[in-house]
Amino acid sequence: MWDYSDKVQEHFFSPRNAGAVQDANAVGDIGSLSCGDALRLTLKVDPASEVILEAGFQTFGCGSAIASSSALTEIIKGMTLDQALLVSNQDIADYLDGLPPEKMHCSVMGREALQAAVANYRGEEWKDDHEEGAMVCKCFAVDSKLVENTIRSNNLTTVEEVVNYTKAGGGCSACHEGVEEILTRVLAESGQTFAPGSAATAPAPARGKLTNLERIRRIENVIESIRPNLKRDHGDVELVDVDGKNVYVNMKGACVGCQMASVTLEGIQERIVEDLGEFVRVLPVAAKRLNG
Amino acid sequence: MTTLTQGIYFDNNATTMVAPEVVAAMLPYFTEQFGNPSSIHQFGNRVGVAIKQARAQVQALLGAEHDSEIVFTSCGTESDSTAILSAIRTQPERREIITTVVEHPAILALCEQLEKEGYTIHRLPVDGKGRLDLHAYQALLSERVAIVSVMWANNETGTLFPVEEMAELAKSAGVLFHTDAVQAVGKLPIDLKRTAIDMLSLSGHKLHAPKGIGVLYLRRNTRFRPLLRGGHQERGRRAGTENSAAIIALGKACEMALEHLEQEQTQVRTLRDRLEQGILAAVPNSFVTGDPDNRLPNTSNIAFEYIEGESILLLLNKLGIAASSGSACTSGSLEPSHVMRAMGIPYTAAHGTTRFSLSRYNTLDEVERVIAAIPPIVAQLRKLSPYWGENGPVENPEQAFAPAYS
Ligand SMILES: Cc1ncc(COP(=O)(O)O)c(C=O)c1O
Ligand code: FES
Repeated sequence: MWDYSDKVQEHFFSPRNAGAVQDANAVGDIGSLSCGDALRLTLKVDPASEVILEAGFQTFGCGSAIASSSALTEIIKGMTLDQALLVSNQDIADYLDGLPPEKMHCSVMGREALQAAVANYRGEEWKDDHEEGAMVCKCFAVDSKLVENTIRSNNLTTVEEVVNYTKAGGGCSACHEGVEEILTRVLAESGQTFAPGSAATAPAPARGKLTNLERIRRIENVIESIRPNLKRDHGDVELVDVDGKNVYVNMKGACVGCQMASVTLEGIQERIVEDLGEFVRVLPVAAKRLNG
Repeated sequence: MTTLTQGIYFDNNATTMVAPEVVAAMLPYFTEQFGNPSSIHQFGNRVGVAIKQARAQVQALLGAEHDSEIVFTSCGTESDSTAILSAIRTQPERREIITTVVEHPAILALCEQLEKEGYTIHRLPVDGKGRLDLHAYQALLSERVAIVSVMWANNETGTLFPVEEMAELAKSAGVLFHTDAVQAVGKLPIDLKRTAIDMLSLSGHKLHAPKGIGVLYLRRNTRFRPLLRGGHQERGRRAGTENSAAIIALGKACEMALEHLEQEQTQVRTLRDRLEQGILAAVPNSFVTGDPDNRLPNTSNIAFEYIEGESILLLLNKLGIAASSGSACTSGSLEPSHVMRAMGIPYTAAHGTTRFSLSRYNTLDEVERVIAAIPPIVAQLRKLSPYWGENGPVENPEQAFAPAYS
């Protein structure tokens, strides 16, 4: 069974704000066709202040869909609509002390229901712009649609590039077969064939001895190449110091306290090790303070 | 269940408790009887004798003509792969495979891979009750087909396929026939020598033997290519030192299954029927999936409309009741069970399908407790469901709640 946090279980077994709000003036209905889950969010909004006075949910879905709905209603009660619109699915997952990677889409559904309800209140039409496919990479919770779209829009041709752009495949590497399949399929669309052995575009790993400056530059480059992916998830990372075999970084934004933080660090470490051709350890800067 | 475990275990199609007698039978083979059966000395020889007995016990349960038709493998999945890969290696000119849309992933995922490698896979569809169209099947049989692989009993619904008849049809067309009987063995009488089945897979952990042991039945004179080559174990048809303790356990489990076969058809069936009737009578908008008139005696798969299976399982689990679901979320995939989709069960019901699978270790008291537990759980979840009103589904549920789908 899933590894649900206590908080998820608690919100599932005793959901808050279950049911429709009486005389609601905002309704958002959202379904995920792919997984069949569906959610109706009803809000009572104070017309003068636009503060959400009451929020209720009705959910047809699994344990984490119900828990995410419950968490969402708790988070947004008392917020203004504009504040509520800033709530991200990561916020919902964080509120629940994290969700298993396969279940992150449940929190996405909550956020979309909120957007739909606000649009409904404001008399606007809400258009969904998020597509979702089957989970490809469990280490980084990346689905096939994201991999596909990223390959297309950036003309990626190798697994390594997919790792660089999406993180998918950057951890345990068990999903490389799946990534190769997507590459094969997408490349075929434009008449190309996927060549597994083709040379990577990244600079070949350094072999001879590097000067200290070269070494730090290379580490910097690797970290720079990872930042866009983290930023997409509202996180970031900066290089703080290189001390012999130890590389200290500062995790920022959503990366702080994220359940994936350690996986992300591991991923960064792997990339640096690969690039330098020597072993280094990537550590959060907090560890340096402890050591020092 | 006997006092060995706590809680109520109604998930025997997923795996079963190892019978205490089976555990007792296998334990000596970890300690004093640890020898390698291939060895000449007495340590090995005694194990070899025990394996021979186990082979005979499996043979008896399957009604196989010869004990040499029993090949021990590591699991049902290995047996399935061995059967199909052998068939295509012995007949390289045949590039088609016939199977069904509702097979276990052990067959489906392999076929998908073979499809990528250029094979043509015919996946027979099923009707609303999960039944096959034998005319459509017959029309596909040709000298281009390397093998037919059709499950005997479906793991989700328990629905039985007429594999004996299908094997006859395959035989008259000169096509090899394999059946994944992982769910059927031990629950139904099987007499392979009277059938035209060429290969059959079984898995120990579905019949009160341990996990990690399986059998491929291979009819004498069937052309064969092993999956694993190496030593001469299993007459060279499956190399690798024998998992002797598990083989002896499987033998014991088969002997016990044969003794209790009648009980599956009477006692277990009665419990299952009582469970099903009790639940259907107490829960509105619920129905049995699959073919109720033609299925395993231990399995009941019930769709609870407008609620989702994982939620049901979590609430059942809180009460110490174990079952399983075809909902997307329990498997980590985004789609509800391929078996439910193949039968055309709508999403709003497919997600709420719950499988109860019993064994001879279950009791009437357990059945009554589950019957009592289900209605409040369903009611609780329906109260949360946007498709559900005060006392029933909202009117025209699919129209009244028609969310924007992403
Ligand atoms: C019909 C069917 N085939 C194959 C298998 C796989 O068996 P095993 O787990 O021994 O590999 C199962 C069990 O899950 C099954 O139900
Ligand atoms: S699953 Fe993708 S790297 Fe581990």
